[in-house]
Amino acid sequence: MSMHKCGLFYTTYAREDGLFPSKFQKTCLALFFAVLLACPQFLDSYVMSILNLILIAVIGAVSLNLLTGVCGQMSLGHGAFVGVGAYGAAVLSNLGIPFFLALLGGGAVAAMIGMVFGIPSLRLKGIYLAISTLAAQLILEYVFLHAGSLTGGANGLPVDAPEIMGYSFDTDSKIFYLILLVTVLCVLVVTNVIRTRPGRAFVAIRDYHQSAENVGVNLFAFKLQAFGLSSFLAGIAGGLWAHYTMYITPEQFSMGLSISYLAMIIIGGMGSVLGSIFGAIFITLLPEMLNLLTTSLGGIAPDLSAIIVPMKEGVFGLMLVLFLIFEPEGLARKWRLTKAYWKLFPFAY
Amino acid sequence: MEYYLQLIINGLVVGSIYSLVALGFVIIFKATKVVNFAQGELVMVGAYVCFSLTVQYQLPFLVSFLLTLVFSIALAILVERLILRPLIGEPIISVIMVTIGLSSMLKSFVQMTWGTQIQVFPPILPQEPYILLGLPIAPVYVAAFGLSLLLFGVFTLFFKYSSLGIAMRATAFDQQAAQSMGIGIKSIFALSWCIAAVVSSIGGIILGNINGINAQLGHLGLKVFPAVILGGLDSLLGAALGGLIIGVLENICEGAAKDLFGLGGFKEVASFAILVIILMIKPYGLFGTKEIERV
Repeated sequence: MSMHKCGLFYTTYAREDGLFPSKFQKTCLALFFAVLLACPQFLDSYVMSILNLILIAVIGAVSLNLLTGVCGQMSLGHGAFVGVGAYGAAVLSNLGIPFFLALLGGGAVAAMIGMVFGIPSLRLKGIYLAISTLAAQLILEYVFLHAGSLTGGANGLPVDAPEIMGYSFDTDSKIFYLILLVTVLCVLVVTNVIRTRPGRAFVAIRDYHQSAENVGVNLFAFKLQAFGLSSFLAGIAGGLWAHYTMYITPEQFSMGLSISYLAMIIIGGMGSVLGSIFGAIFITLLPEMLNLLTTSLGGIAPDLSAIIVPMKEGVFGLMLVLFLIFEPEGLARKWRLTKAYWKLFPFAY
Repeated sequence: MEYYLQLIINGLVVGSIYSLVALGFVIIFKATKVVNFAQGELVMVGAYVCFSLTVQYQLPFLVSFLLTLVFSIALAILVERLILRPLIGEPIISVIMVTIGLSSMLKSFVQMTWGTQIQVFPPILPQEPYILLGLPIAPVYVAAFGLSLLLFGVFTLFFKYSSLGIAMRATAFDQQAAQSMGIGIKSIFALSWCIAAVVSSIGGIILGNINGINAQLGHLGLKVFPAVILGGLDSLLGAALGGLIIGVLENICEGAAKDLFGLGGFKEVASFAILVIILMIKPYGLFGTKEIERV
């Protein structure tokens, strides 16, 4: 991390390696979590539901960023891998398997499927890989729709709210703590994987695969690991989603979902964990903002509500294009610049 | 047997439209190395504009056809100027995502303007089917097939003999060398987008005449990927053959799946299953240029 305060001196190597080396960072983080944990006391269930969706999106975005931003393997099929996890976890928990085991099981199934579709990545790069993951997306969507006995087909699959030791997480506020816990774990996993040996191998593969191979990185093994880990976390996101919404249908895991995860990491910042979080917040809030805008403008322009649904997609596309043209490194860079600005304030140098 | 023959003929017709859309895709990729995920939306916009001019403004079909082509050229220049040009030299994921963003914008524009219901083109060609090999074939199918053959002929000659076509091929081969020989790369880029938009619009109008148009027409853009990958991303002949082969194969797979296993909607996924197999065996397609990397 290159955003430390100046005047920070380390006395041990362990401290320099720490995730949050300064006291200030730790305090900020603690305050942030304190506010987050207090949220359910003050916010109504609508706002809590948005918060829950953001947290689930954070897992999806962080896991895709590990694959695409860190390892350089573009995937247009991430939404389908989330779907595999959702269906896996839902089927397992409908069989009576405890929540956490079902969640892990869903993740494991997603990891397996993700690795199968990751095999072509050894021969394919760039656009070809993007198209082969697009194929994965469409094939998996077809399976969700047509494996009726397992997935319920077009009718969807009902799932029970998660229950641990007889305690049922059946309201938005109760399940919030559960989702928050899993999200924090997933984000920590990704942050730490990037700091370790496989993470550096991923970065080497992204930057130039042939040099990576020359310095002894086993391309096939590491690419498969990237696909596996990323899909595992995507599966966890899907499992949480299934248990949270309590009803899953194939349309939820369509191409559009894959594209919004890609949009999250692009708008947030490729290869940055913090960026994935920003992106997830931004993309989840975007339609809510538009809803707010239309209801507040309802009196002035009543026709607006008729075109709001197609307008959402257009605004989404516009945001994507504007970010790619004007801020290709995303919100993470904006955040860095803002922090640098305040570090020197009121001096500009 | 007759059942499969009918499937093959339908496949050839749909395939010829895939070929047209694939042609646009390949022309953009050849000249600019941009993978255009908004190809299907260009098809949709063309179809809707032509529909709007013929039905809502009551213009004769030929006039609205030509006006649609003018509109697509204007749209293509706008898109190239505003969206693609700032991204020259950016990594491939950015370029892919910008065309995905563009496709969302076009889709939303169409739905906001024309709604989402199916619209039906007024019949332009006679309705009585021709009889070929004892099978009825609607004239619009024959026209679709003929028109795409014609366009392929024109573009093959264009790339082979006209100086502009040669300039485009030179740009595709080596941008820097072409530029130093006095070729205006930027106008070549704009031109390739124009051609792509025009052929897509024509595809959209034909398709609108066959099936009617709705907001799902943009989905056709995805169907083009198997076709171009099979043919090779940068080969015109490949686009033509790839489109036809995928059209026929997916129809046969659909028919066979329904006939033998009672599975519906297999068409949607058959071409992508074929795509994965092609990518595994021959990643650069039948006629694509193989990129060789050495250290």
